[in-house]
Amino acid sequence: MSHSGVSEREQRVLDVIAKQRARRPKLRDAHITMAHGAGGKATQTLIEGVLVPAFASPVLDVLADVATVEAGGVRLAFTTDSFVVKPIRFPGGSIGELAVNGTVNDLAMGGARPLALSLAMILEEGLATDVLRAEVEAIAQAATAAGVEVMAGDTKVVERGHADSMYLCTTGIGLVDERALLAPSNLRAGDRVLVSGSIGEHGTAIMLARGEFDLDADVESDTRPLWTAVDALLAAAGPHLRCLRDATRGGVASVLNELARASEAAIVVREKDIPVRPAVAGAAELLGIDPMYIANEGTFVVFVGPEGSDAALAALRAVEGCEAAVEIGEVKSSPAGMVLMETAFGGKRVVDQLVGDPLPRIC
Amino acid sequence: MKYVDEFRDAELGRAVSAEIASTVDASRHYKVMEVCGGHTHSIYKYGVDDLLPPNVELVHGPGCPVCVIPMGRVDDGIAVARRPEVIFTCFGDMLRVPGANGTLLDAKAEGADVRMVYSPLDALRIARENPERVVVFFAIGFETTAPSTALTLRRAKDEGIENFLCLCNHVTIVPPLRALLESPDLQLDGFIGPGHVATVVGARPFEFIPIDYQKPIVISGFEPLDLLQSVQMIMRQLAEGRCEVENQYARVVPYEGNSAALRAMGEVFELRPHFEWRGLGFISQSALRLSDAYRDFDAEARYEVPNVRVADPKACQCGEVLKGVIKPWECKVFGSACTPEHAIGTCMVSPEGACAAYYTYGRFAREREVV
Repeated sequence: MSHSGVSEREQRVLDVIAKQRARRPKLRDAHITMAHGAGGKATQTLIEGVLVPAFASPVLDVLADVATVEAGGVRLAFTTDSFVVKPIRFPGGSIGELAVNGTVNDLAMGGARPLALSLAMILEEGLATDVLRAEVEAIAQAATAAGVEVMAGDTKVVERGHADSMYLCTTGIGLVDERALLAPSNLRAGDRVLVSGSIGEHGTAIMLARGEFDLDADVESDTRPLWTAVDALLAAAGPHLRCLRDATRGGVASVLNELARASEAAIVVREKDIPVRPAVAGAAELLGIDPMYIANEGTFVVFVGPEGSDAALAALRAVEGCEAAVEIGEVKSSPAGMVLMETAFGGKRVVDQLVGDPLPRIC
Repeated sequence: MKYVDEFRDAELGRAVSAEIASTVDASRHYKVMEVCGGHTHSIYKYGVDDLLPPNVELVHGPGCPVCVIPMGRVDDGIAVARRPEVIFTCFGDMLRVPGANGTLLDAKAEGADVRMVYSPLDALRIARENPERVVVFFAIGFETTAPSTALTLRRAKDEGIENFLCLCNHVTIVPPLRALLESPDLQLDGFIGPGHVATVVGARPFEFIPIDYQKPIVISGFEPLDLLQSVQMIMRQLAEGRCEVENQYARVVPYEGNSAALRAMGEVFELRPHFEWRGLGFISQSALRLSDAYRDFDAEARYEVPNVRVADPKACQCGEVLKGVIKPWECKVFGSACTPEHAIGTCMVSPEGACAAYYTYGRFAREREVV
């Protein structure tokens, strides 16, 4: 491969970086900082540097959103997620709704129909019972909407100041659909990259709801259950689907980077095709944040073989909430592990993993 | 976005790109410095480099507010932040800049009350809401951000807020530019001038560049089309044998600057006799501190700070990067010991830093093949 415009010396430096990035990261920090919770490089270091080695197992090594467990000839999907969003109510949703959708969506992204949820609540002393009731109601409604039942639970209370209103944790079990052959390492050159809708809405809604910036815009969280959309995709393009990922913390850019690494492939996206609503683009522009890194709670990324991409796109667009689904890019073989963007202006750049934490406690 | 998309139009970009190609002398190599870190960021973010002929090279300059903060000042900030009564506020990038013993983010994780703000007015609001604490704002930046610090301090004074202090690190752009032009290390053909600074100071302070050093300078906006057009204006000056200050960013920059902002700065700040710049050393009359009238708001007057000069780590070449003498990837620790998540040098921390911009956006740009 020739690299015109890059000297041999520069190329050597770039190769060293590529090699370093491919290695399993080590956690070198003396303390946990907010960046470890942001879904970017620091989170990856925490997971791959501390957790994966401690619990070494082939299932965990895959680093998918769900673990698959075989039991009595049935493939079950298993996942857990905790929720610390601030504020607990925001335009388009609340912590209770997120706690259901976040977990059922991880199951759906693993190609699994959600079956059951457990719910753990950590409540702060002094929390108004009306607020608690409202969230329990939100959880019940979201579970109904997602077609799943809350079957187990736990509650704890901590002193005032030790939890911000409430923290929730949900664990989900789902039944892996036979049509689903999904894995983060499945990407092949020529595969297409689709997003199910416009990006960056959840994170922007939370940011604006905090009222820290004197900004006002009509943006709502995109939180919604995704099994219906996944079911439609499996029906339309099952064997061609490579991997699905909901673009939560760290946004679409983080999903693309994770999968480029896992598949040792390159992903090239076209900036002009990436759907961003004007209110989100405007807020992001003002705050110097790239919408590609802003969290979503319903928008997900589909990697599909070229033979199935048209059918997948048509199927998605027929599902409520995914009407704006669109192809944004393609998988290539080199430079492996990298995500690149063709800018709308006609240039090219890297889309790297997120560093630092622009928006803490987003989910 | 209205009023923005026009300046990111690919078709117009191609047209200006073609104009540049037809203006340059193909047998000559051109080095143009973009002074401002905001420009560096835009160049990489939009891939502006890809639209320039191969013999036009953009060299990144010293105009990145976070990059020029020396390690000793970070330590001063951390010392103040660790005081139990203090709520320490600063811009987000500053949190990750390493001092001799860690970053403000580390100090936060160890218990210091460090909060990110988007504006000094946010810091003032925190002071109002927490009358029992002392809120310190770590002020950084060139003439771009200095007026907002000045106006915030003026408001604090007007409202009689007594628990608000400023640890002032504001710097000015002309002294380092002059230092660069005096340096034999670097042969530049022209400058892309800092549009935001010029919004405040105007275009006149840059006249010394053509008059004393016979180089063209074009004050530029921050959208990709602004930058391309500015390069074209510099190339045209060179082709026509002219050198002068031109203002590409006339939609925002008045030639004489913003007199209200300059007045506020004059009231609140005074020049320091000298100030240390990261990698560039001490430059006289290159930075601001609070004036006597605002001494009560000066964190340096209220608190003992270590005020120790800390030598940059040996391997770190931020100084050379800031001066444009080396490219980011030519630094010995670039991408190995120094990465955005574990930065040694400031240029790797700020999104406006040349190293971070190149690492984050630039590594695979410029005509490289994707297969």
